[in-house]
Amino acid sequence: MAELKTVGTSVQRKDAIEKVTGSAQFIEDRYMGPMLHAKMKKSTVAHGKIKNINIEKAKAHPGVKAVLTGKDYPNKIGLYLIDRDFLAIEKVRFWGEPVAVVAAVTEKAAAEAVELIEVEYDELPGVFDPRESMKDDAPIIHEDLGSYEIVPIFYPKPGTNIANHFKLRKGDVEKGFAEADVVIEKEYYVPQMQHVPIETHKAAVQWGLDGKLTVWSTAQSPNVVRQLLAKSFDIPMHKIRVISSYIGGGFGCKAGASVEGLVIPLAKMFPGYIVRIVFNREEDMQGTFTRQALFSKLKTGVRKDGRITALEYEMIWDGGAYTEYGVNIVRAAGYSSTGAYDIPNVKTDSYCVYTNNSIGGPVRGFGMCEMQWGIERQIEEIAKQLDIDPLEVRMINGMKKGSTTAAGQVVQDVDYHKCLKTVADQIGWGKKEGKFRGKGIAGLVKCPAQPSNAASSAIIRINEDGTAHVMIGATEMGQGMLTVISQIASEALNIPIDKIDIKVPDTDFTPYEWQSVGSRITYTCGTSVKRAAEDALGQIYRIAADLLETPQADLTFDGKMVYSTKDPEIKATIREIADSCKKCTGEGIAGPIIGRGSFVPTNMTNLDPETGQGNPGLFYCFGATGAEVEVDPETGVVTVLQLAAAIDAGQAVNPQLCKSQLHGGTIMGLSTALYEEVKFDKGVMLNRNFTDYKISTIDNTPHIESFIIETPETNGPYGARGIGEQPMIAVAPAVANAVCDALDIEFNTFPLTPEKVWKAIQDKK
Amino acid sequence: MSEKMAISFTVNGNRETREVEVGHTLLKFIRDELHLTGTKSGCEIGECGACTVMLDGKPVNSCLVLAVEIDGKELLTIEGLTENGELDRIQKAFIDHAAFQCGYCTPGMIMSARALLERTANPTDEDINQALSGNLCRCGAYQEIREAVKAASKK
Repeated sequence: MAELKTVGTSVQRKDAIEKVTGSAQFIEDRYMGPMLHAKMKKSTVAHGKIKNINIEKAKAHPGVKAVLTGKDYPNKIGLYLIDRDFLAIEKVRFWGEPVAVVAAVTEKAAAEAVELIEVEYDELPGVFDPRESMKDDAPIIHEDLGSYEIVPIFYPKPGTNIANHFKLRKGDVEKGFAEADVVIEKEYYVPQMQHVPIETHKAAVQWGLDGKLTVWSTAQSPNVVRQLLAKSFDIPMHKIRVISSYIGGGFGCKAGASVEGLVIPLAKMFPGYIVRIVFNREEDMQGTFTRQALFSKLKTGVRKDGRITALEYEMIWDGGAYTEYGVNIVRAAGYSSTGAYDIPNVKTDSYCVYTNNSIGGPVRGFGMCEMQWGIERQIEEIAKQLDIDPLEVRMINGMKKGSTTAAGQVVQDVDYHKCLKTVADQIGWGKKEGKFRGKGIAGLVKCPAQPSNAASSAIIRINEDGTAHVMIGATEMGQGMLTVISQIASEALNIPIDKIDIKVPDTDFTPYEWQSVGSRITYTCGTSVKRAAEDALGQIYRIAADLLETPQADLTFDGKMVYSTKDPEIKATIREIADSCKKCTGEGIAGPIIGRGSFVPTNMTNLDPETGQGNPGLFYCFGATGAEVEVDPETGVVTVLQLAAAIDAGQAVNPQLCKSQLHGGTIMGLSTALYEEVKFDKGVMLNRNFTDYKISTIDNTPHIESFIIETPETNGPYGARGIGEQPMIAVAPAVANAVCDALDIEFNTFPLTPEKVWKAIQDKK
Repeated sequence: MSEKMAISFTVNGNRETREVEVGHTLLKFIRDELHLTGTKSGCEIGECGACTVMLDGKPVNSCLVLAVEIDGKELLTIEGLTENGELDRIQKAFIDHAAFQCGYCTPGMIMSARALLERTANPTDEDINQALSGNLCRCGAYQEIREAVKAASKK
């Protein structure tokens, strides 16, 4: 590969100056025009039939323009399994579900009017544990499951609460257990958590007098929002414009469409007005996605030499009241169910189950944190029972080039062992530092959970002076996409990065991008941009050859001029090329240069419905976390003394931003390991603010030693792969493994709160 | 019912006199009336720190202060840190150390850091941790923020 100029350097973020000066515009910072404010009325029961909704008092409240209920508004929405009405119609399925929406001249008037709406419910028995919900006598949450529209890679069971049953069968699991010297069976539990981006969900909508619908949204994926709204409201796509501003953190909760639909019918009633909804913190926590809780059972067969011969993995996921997105998380966890290990015989059953808890959905890691918690804890049990170093068990079974995943996909471009060794060396693995101190390691792998035809595209406009505009549909939510994509464009066009302009998307102007999720943008959008740049450069050379009457092969472009390598006096500027005419006759040659590039995976396949075998991964990113902790036996407080994280980025496009992601994911992982758990009482979310739901703060965040491993991704742009979600996955098990090492106590759930740790210490006494 | 009151104050160095709704928070006043949208709203109950501004040199959560309370006081928001288009030392250090990701908590974070450096010229890690512990950053830029504040203090 030719030497890289921009890729691999830590150039300044494209959004840097805007973000440190407060001039970066988020949705709520934009003035769009005369505005109405929307507020929603939420259900006060977790499961119940709506008997009656009285909106008369609310309608009469000063400042109120309109009140709508589900009956005015029978539109369903969903990405994979279309199971949700924007506003509940016949019944409510979780506490806090929107049942009516008010538009008023001020937010205060809207909020007051919401309080005047009277709703009568016939309460139904609820079910709040997915294991209970799978039982034959459980109350049915979605009676019409059989008639819902669904992408045919999911397998709901009508007449039950099972929204998806993903099956995976690899090799012969019985034979694998027969070959084992030891069989270990354990149960694990991962509770719900919340993304809590500091910017809550927001949307503003205008129904233009010309019938054009404009949506400003915090959505991670404007093209998906447009697609879902077009379908739900039966509007052609060119009549819907979705504009994304900077997003104040996403982590999965702003994927798909969510709040936009709540205000569209209101906007339709008041053409020309902007109708805006801004979720407050409480609404954001209980009204959007939570990470699905997971009850899992692992049975592992292992030989005395540490080789795992068989795995049986049962996962029961709490999908919540609506699982339109959750079904795919359950599928992804299923087809990845051996984690970072090569296990020849596997039987996995992964169930997405409806309950009357808040809606389950994607969170950074898309099921991998939850699923690999069990794997990485189980490895410790294997090590303990065989009396082998747990790092050694990971080394023996860890995937290498040519290994197969649970789905039978062969992985290339892997150096998982280097990730493990790097963090082990950093934390001084093997040296016991004292009583109540312990060390732990965990590994990780993740591929983007995307359909095999999830596409990207890019347009590059070359200006007359040789500068360029890169147009893409990916969103900037902090991950550094604008910078990394510009670096790829700069590299491919051979022009300096400061000559490249790039913006956040607007579906009227920027080309298609499936979604900014799954740590896929560097790879997918990056490939599109590289192709668009190559297309533009190809045009430049072709036109220059004609203009300069010189063979293309003799031409080179230095970022400013195209000139002949044989005679540097034969040259042309981009200006001369972009609207060129032949010197001798004045006949035109070509017009402005516009490069285009598209990408769709060619290495992915559907999975066999019975065995789950196939190629679900666009690329696989491996990594590892190491931790050293000290536990205070008097209080149960866990203090993290050392934290080391390694990720295999293939090629870090921007090492500084790559480390930012590595640190950010590690901190979020640590926060879940020690503090975070959404608590419910019969579906009522109890901790729905930052006082009751604690996340990591600067004063409890230790220093992280981070390492970027670079095993190039053969088909990634310049060898790069995505790493945004991955650093979170191994943190909770690494910390827990360290706590278990410190105390010689088994923890099969987290967060490891002082209360939980202290109780375990008392129980052991 | 809304009641208004006239207040005089300095915002980012400029004297202003305004009529304000007595029930409105300073956060609402800054964003909706002064149109200084760099100050962000994240919880409206003083938990996240995104709306931090400086009032008479002290950092406050503007969601917990009523607009009328700034009468006679000096208000500094993120927009007031830039002079003639030149970034201040903390803003520069935040860029150098990539001390932000989504940027939503950043204005509040920088205001808390500014207040710290005004009272403690050479803060330790401990000082920085304490001063910024009320500013939540879900992207997890804490390590870079610590480095940036330290670097800024040395300029």
